[in-house]
Amino acid sequence: LAERTNLAGVQHILLVLSGKGGVGKSTLSTELALALRNAGKRVGILDVDLCGPSIPRMLRVQDSAVHQCDSGWVPVFVGQDKAIALMSIGFLLERPDDAVVWRGPKKNALIKQFVTDVAWGDLDFLIVDTPPGTSDEHISTVEALRPHQPLGAILVTTPQ
Amino acid sequence: AEAAELRARLRAVRHTVLVLSGKGGVGKSTFSALLAHGLAADETKQVALLDIDICGPSIPKMMGLEGEQVHQSGSGWSPVYVEENLGVMSVGFLLSSPDDAVIWRGPKKNGLIKQFLRDVDWGEVDYLIVDTPPGTSDEHLSIVQYLSATHIDGAVIVTTPQEVSLQDVRKEINFCRKVKLPIIGVVENMSGFVCPKCKSESQIFPPTTGGAEKMCQNMNVSLLGKVPLDPLIGRSCDRGQSFLAEAPESPATLSYRNIIQRIQEYCEQHHLQEEKIM
Repeated sequence: LAERTNLAGVQHILLVLSGKGGVGKSTLSTELALALRNAGKRVGILDVDLCGPSIPRMLRVQDSAVHQCDSGWVPVFVGQDKAIALMSIGFLLERPDDAVVWRGPKKNALIKQFVTDVAWGDLDFLIVDTPPGTSDEHISTVEALRPHQPLGAILVTTPQ
Repeated sequence: AEAAELRARLRAVRHTVLVLSGKGGVGKSTFSALLAHGLAADETKQVALLDIDICGPSIPKMMGLEGEQVHQSGSGWSPVYVEENLGVMSVGFLLSSPDDAVIWRGPKKNGLIKQFLRDVDWGEVDYLIVDTPPGTSDEHLSIVQYLSATHIDGAVIVTTPQEVSLQDVRKEINFCRKVKLPIIGVVENMSGFVCPKCKSESQIFPPTTGGAEKMCQNMNVSLLGKVPLDPLIGRSCDRGQSFLAEAPESPATLSYRNIIQRIQEYCEQHHLQEEKIM
């Protein structure tokens, strides 16, 4: 019998992408999560921006730490009612200003872990926030999520 | 042997400046382009602009060079020249269509960056400016590694005033320290907006934690200057024109020119100090 994967209880997976940096991907991911939560949905955010993780600060949990459980990592619960589940490399840094200076292969390994080893539980929506570009993080995230059939991607831009 | 090849190719480069951020969309490419234009205004100086943002190369459009192709000659790849004394290289010139996505993992990106340094025939260059993508990853590690074959004067780090940007920029400053890359200073872009009609000033990106000024104080780096938002900047970039030439009276142009001068002074001083030591 196949083990129940950590994403088995997640109904819809949405990726927030751009290509361009600084257009508001993380802002949109955060606002979307809060709005869905307000509408009574169970929501999680996976922040795969390893070099510049913005979500923890946006949800005021930059000083939180993650814990392990039997099925993997326990996400940090954020928002007014502590009901939005969040995972970000921001929680794994010893100091917030530490630079994550990793080449692709190391980034890929952590992203795979983030996708398979976080105990998300039952969620209506998992929002995946990404860094700018079309490189390691994006390839690895899409590859790792493919078996779980993501709903789709929201693309963010600015007018210029 | 590879290092020797790079060293030989880069031997004729006098000054190298890296433009970094950590945060995306803060104006690195805009600044790189204007720095190049500003330095090349002195016709006696030869300026080279190298764009190593492989996934999102903005420099070709900003320099009005979209659609240009790279030519090969016996001495290597030819940069694309905007002016006689201003040459540009970018992955943008290698794409068959501007909308083609470059979906490469780190090692392939590193390979192209090495080629840019090894195979482009820059000739004698007074200033090599390197525009980078956001982050602290393959491209950044590689460029620092490959350029160790020559000498990097330092890095200019670009930010915007809000904490969400600063938190990424602090990481970039720590990256520079980690790889022993000198920091020339920090530029704060999008620093306030003065309405051209009523002249009152707004903080579009409020510096809720003290902006670049406070960060520079705390981290002991120079603040090279603050550049206000000017809608003409974005428009000039879209049109491939030099904002400095299009809007010479803009307060943003003044700021940019002051910053460019400070960078020049830093490079010249640095050179004098090095020569003294030798």
